Amino acid sequence: MAQKITIEPVTRVEGHGKVTIHLDDNHQVTESRLHIVEFRGFERFVCGRPFWEAPVLVQRLCGICPVSHHLAAAKAMDMLVGAGDGNGLTPVAEKMRRLMHYGQIFQSHVLHFFHLASPDLLFGMDADPERRNVIGVILEHPDLAKQAVLMRKYGQEIIAATAGKKIHGTGAVPGGINKNLSLEDRDAFLNGINGNPDLSADKMIEWSEAALALLLDYHSSHTDFLDGFATFPSNHLSLVRPDGALDLYHGVIRAVDPEGKRIVNDVDSRDYLDVVEEEVRSWSYMKFPYIKKLGPKEGWYRVGPLARLNVCDFIPSPKAQAAFEQFRAYTKGKPNHMSMHYHWARLIETLHAAEMMKELLLDPDLQGTNLVTKGERCGEGIGLLEAPRGTLFHHYRVNEQDLITMCNLIVSTTNNNEPMNRAVNAAAVAQMTGKAEITEPMMNAVEVAIRAYDPCLSCATHAMGQMPLEVTLYDAAGAVVDQQRKGM
Amino acid sequence: MSETIATASETITLTIDGQEIQAKAGQTILQAAQKNGIYIPTLCALHATKENGLKTDIAPGTCRICTVKVNGRTMAACTTPVAQDFIVENDTEELNDLRKTIVELLFVEGNHFCPSCEKSGSCDLQALAYRYQMLSPRFRYAFSSREVNAESPKLLFDRNRCILCRRCVLAITTEDGKQLFGFTKRGDKSGIIMDEELVKNISEEQAQQAMHICPVGAIIRKEKGFDTPFGQRKYDHNPIGSETVCTTCNGEKS
Ligand code: SF4
Ligand code: SF4
Ligand code: FES
Repeated sequence: MAQKITIEPVTRVEGHGKVTIHLDDNHQVTESRLHIVEFRGFERFVCGRPFWEAPVLVQRLCGICPVSHHLAAAKAMDMLVGAGDGNGLTPVAEKMRRLMHYGQIFQSHVLHFFHLASPDLLFGMDADPERRNVIGVILEHPDLAKQAVLMRKYGQEIIAATAGKKIHGTGAVPGGINKNLSLEDRDAFLNGINGNPDLSADKMIEWSEAALALLLDYHSSHTDFLDGFATFPSNHLSLVRPDGALDLYHGVIRAVDPEGKRIVNDVDSRDYLDVVEEEVRSWSYMKFPYIKKLGPKEGWYRVGPLARLNVCDFIPSPKAQAAFEQFRAYTKGKPNHMSMHYHWARLIETLHAAEMMKELLLDPDLQGTNLVTKGERCGEGIGLLEAPRGTLFHHYRVNEQDLITMCNLIVSTTNNNEPMNRAVNAAAVAQMTGKAEITEPMMNAVEVAIRAYDPCLSCATHAMGQMPLEVTLYDAAGAVVDQQRKGM
Repeated sequence: MSETIATASETITLTIDGQEIQAKAGQTILQAAQKNGIYIPTLCALHATKENGLKTDIAPGTCRICTVKVNGRTMAACTTPVAQDFIVENDTEELNDLRKTIVELLFVEGNHFCPSCEKSGSCDLQALAYRYQMLSPRFRYAFSSREVNAESPKLLFDRNRCILCRRCVLAITTEDGKQLFGFTKRGDKSGIIMDEELVKNISEEQAQQAMHICPVGAIIRKEKGFDTPFGQRKYDHNPIGSETVCTTCNGEKS
């Protein structure tokens, strides 16, 4: 009898996901789907609001990386107020925003790796779920857990100092920023917050290197798992600096095919609509973007840390560059298609963010006083940014009275929708084919595949209401043969 | 009122929450309280300061948040003149609950989304909600349908946040006394309208003053926003009510 197994909810993912795995009569996986069933009408409810509210309003899309939405919207507003497209800000404004963004990348990557992904690696995917969680990490690896907490705190404090608050600040305003960095704050970040040397810029670099070393060590003993789990060829897309450097705050759009050939060649971010298009499928609220000229079948792509390192030519900070060279050499310079290597790429970026934070803190421009620029006002603003989990597109139109009339958001998770579905399917095929019984570790394998990309699904669908926590089994005719509820 | 209002030169003695204070005849209970460092919450009444540009205190008496008990009867402190031997109850559980109720009603009646509001941190209504520990409103949201008026070049008027306090009507006038804002309609249809012509020619300073006068985020300066960082907003360090006496004039009318 053909069955459909529903895993609900996907745990350690912010927001609610639902996975259905379709088995045929012989328990072979025929198809798997990641359904994003939440819906949040952000694109609609910013309409009618004055444009200067947008950077503050849209960051409620996400609890993990609000700063990314804040900055992407602010970049779009820069265009609206005639402050250029990522290049018209004063040095203090641009660098304060970059510092805010690197603080965000740093804390989010640390959260993603240590809090959400590391339990699977430290304890193994088939470990007891009672142990395989962040509390387990704290109990069995207390030093690591402490480092993770302090690293995250450091990033959050950087955000607070630049955006005004740790979550949902208002630092970026159309055309600039509303404050500079005080000398006291700068000294605290360089030497240690509240005099604690464990909370200093150098410590963040040191611990980022240690985290990367931990992963590489794990890789050496679990090579087959990390290299083989949910691996499939794909295109990769990200922003890069015009000279090809990794740049998480601003750049041109570049994409490569599975062989590394450029398929989108450094397109101005304002022309994103020439590059991507979105497809709607009946079973998910989340759209499926693809590279326009390749069409939906061939044009889907990955974004995020793995994609960024596959797309860029180099990383403009020395320690991360050295790690990048090692990463690139592993696949002989070709794009890396191993889903679990998202974590490797993520930790290289964590190191880069730590290096960038220090570099920016040492820059006296951050104490400048020229905070805002304005030029000729126009009616349309587009802001692209590399958020922790991938490229973020924000696009707005405003009327003559300054009210928003159109908003289009393509968030990182949406960009990764097709790859996440493929990763889920790859994990399901590997774990469940030929098995008669669905075990918890099998279900977790599917979640591990999702978590490599994203711990956060709610932002992508913008959520109304709570998903019931249930596991449902359907037969070929679509009748429910079993149903279990969790956490209800 | 049955109490005799004393003549201007007279000094009057009254008690507020058992504390005996002196007031001048003609002062309201609110003014007398402020002069003596006693906090009575206000939303519509506003004490004249250099900062807000008012020449005299205003007390439209529209919000009733200043409700106190005078000799056992509830009265608005901002419109009731002092009289000899008044016994005023102010900071009591009953009255504070009443005030909390008013705050809750104002929240459910309008459409307030503080997280994206430019006035957040500087808003009197929000500050009072904190003061009275409003966690969730007891009343159902009205989901009133209200438009944003963005016609004027310098001001944005967001009716979703207007609490109809009438401050703008009384305080924002041209040099020759013409009102820029006015009331329209009645009951739950009441609203504020702007004189489009006069508001079009408003100066930067007057636009700033209008935003400042409005206790909430209904009048907002256009094309700007969130310029004041967190930490520098009005109630970031001291909650509402912690400073009762105006520093520029020490509570005296100018
Ligand atoms: S006006 Fe005040 S209460 Fe209303 S949304 Fe703004 S901050 Fe909140
Ligand atoms: S606009 Fe502001 S000042 Fe005017 S009535 Fe409404 S809340 Fe009061
Ligand atoms: S402050 Fe007295 S009625 Fe509004």
